[in-house]
Amino acid sequence: MKLTQGSKLTQGCFSYLPDLTDEQITSQVQYCLSNGWAVNIEFTDDPHPRNTYWEMWGLPMFDLQDAAGVMMELAECRRVYGDRYIRISGFDSSHGWESVRISFLVNRPPQEAEFELVRQEGAGRAIRYTTVRKPAAHASQ
Amino acid sequence: MLDVPHATTTDQSETQFDLRKEAEAAGITDTLQQLDRELIGLKPVKNRVRQIASLLLIERIRQRAGLASAPPTLHMSFTGNPGTGKTTVALRMAKILHGLGFVRRGQVISVTRDDLVGQYIGHTAPKTKEILKKAMGGVLFIDEAYYLHRPDNERDYGQESIEILLQVMENQREDLVVILAGYGERMTSFFASNPGFRSRIAHHIEFPDYAEAELLVIAELMLKERGYRFSAAAREAFEKYIALRRTQPFFSNARSIRNAVDRIRLRQADRLVSDLNRMLDVADLETIDPADVLASRVFNGGAAAERSVKA
Repeated sequence: MKLTQGSKLTQGCFSYLPDLTDEQITSQVQYCLSNGWAVNIEFTDDPHPRNTYWEMWGLPMFDLQDAAGVMMELAECRRVYGDRYIRISGFDSSHGWESVRISFLVNRPPQEAEFELVRQEGAGRAIRYTTVRKPAAHASQ
Repeated sequence: MLDVPHATTTDQSETQFDLRKEAEAAGITDTLQQLDRELIGLKPVKNRVRQIASLLLIERIRQRAGLASAPPTLHMSFTGNPGTGKTTVALRMAKILHGLGFVRRGQVISVTRDDLVGQYIGHTAPKTKEILKKAMGGVLFIDEAYYLHRPDNERDYGQESIEILLQVMENQREDLVVILAGYGERMTSFFASNPGFRSRIAHHIEFPDYAEAELLVIAELMLKERGYRFSAAAREAFEKYIALRRTQPFFSNARSIRNAVDRIRLRQADRLVSDLNRMLDVADLETIDPADVLASRVFNGGAAAERSVKA
């Protein structure tokens, strides 16, 4: 799995595309709401692919009619945590799904996180791989 | 890709417009006719609604003609005595605005002070925002808005809620429409102490009291909805009832009439059941007799008089 493209972190939907504009985010959120999914805003400074536990911004928004409400919260979240990764996810609670149906990044820090794959040789020449976050770029420059 | 508001912009500007077709396409004619038919009286209200609807239609056409068009401010305040139809018109207003594409979803979130103002420090802002988010794309109807402001307690959390409301009303005018409602005098003093509110509301609509004839028509409409009708004598009795009830305390226009109609139904049912040895026909079931009306305590001087006799 490719974790970054150039210096961009790739995670969730649309991450190989150019960053979504606010208008595009609004349409995606409206799509989620019209399907009856609960929309969540989450943020983190640790975007390791195995870190599933991002922090939530407020409560899941499941009783909204219009995306403008979510965008209002997103603007507020960006104001406070603009230097972190923020993603929006849509949770489908209907029977048989009961899981996240969509998740995409809506904010990146100015300095993107970088990861590398470290190979280790274990007992019996077994090979193990670890995803390690590189130290911040300004340290290596 | 999804239902985008104001989606009627075209590439090249048009120059000719068939106004009738435009109005029909926007559903204005239907909605206004329905308003005329189902709401009795309320002339100034209907006039204002018609004006707003016309403005919205012209604004939409101007947009297509490539003329300058700013989204109009649609926040409103409804003032009037109890039972003059403020809530009913608010619901109708949401439908009209939605039909014209000036609100995207057309839902009405009806709230009072309790829904907006919190119990402790830091509780109010999230609560108000929660409601605002729900109302986005629709109409936020704040009933008895003056309770938001408590002049006797300057540390009251209502002020915080008012500030958030004002900010959203100003910055997200195209996302939601706020309608404030309340009784006339108290709204006036509310606006006097919150001038920011007054200036951010474009439409101040006053709901007049109903005339006696209008109340009678309302009563008949209500009976018709419930599948009843007055006999000729009962209609006369009810006319007298209205004239008397209006002079008694706690009269609240159409709401009092609705309650009277419900009580009349009770008495009619009671009258029918009291005589079990007869065959009923449909006419018996749907006709209100004068006796059902005249049994009301309004004819004995009302509830107050009754209480003073007992005391």
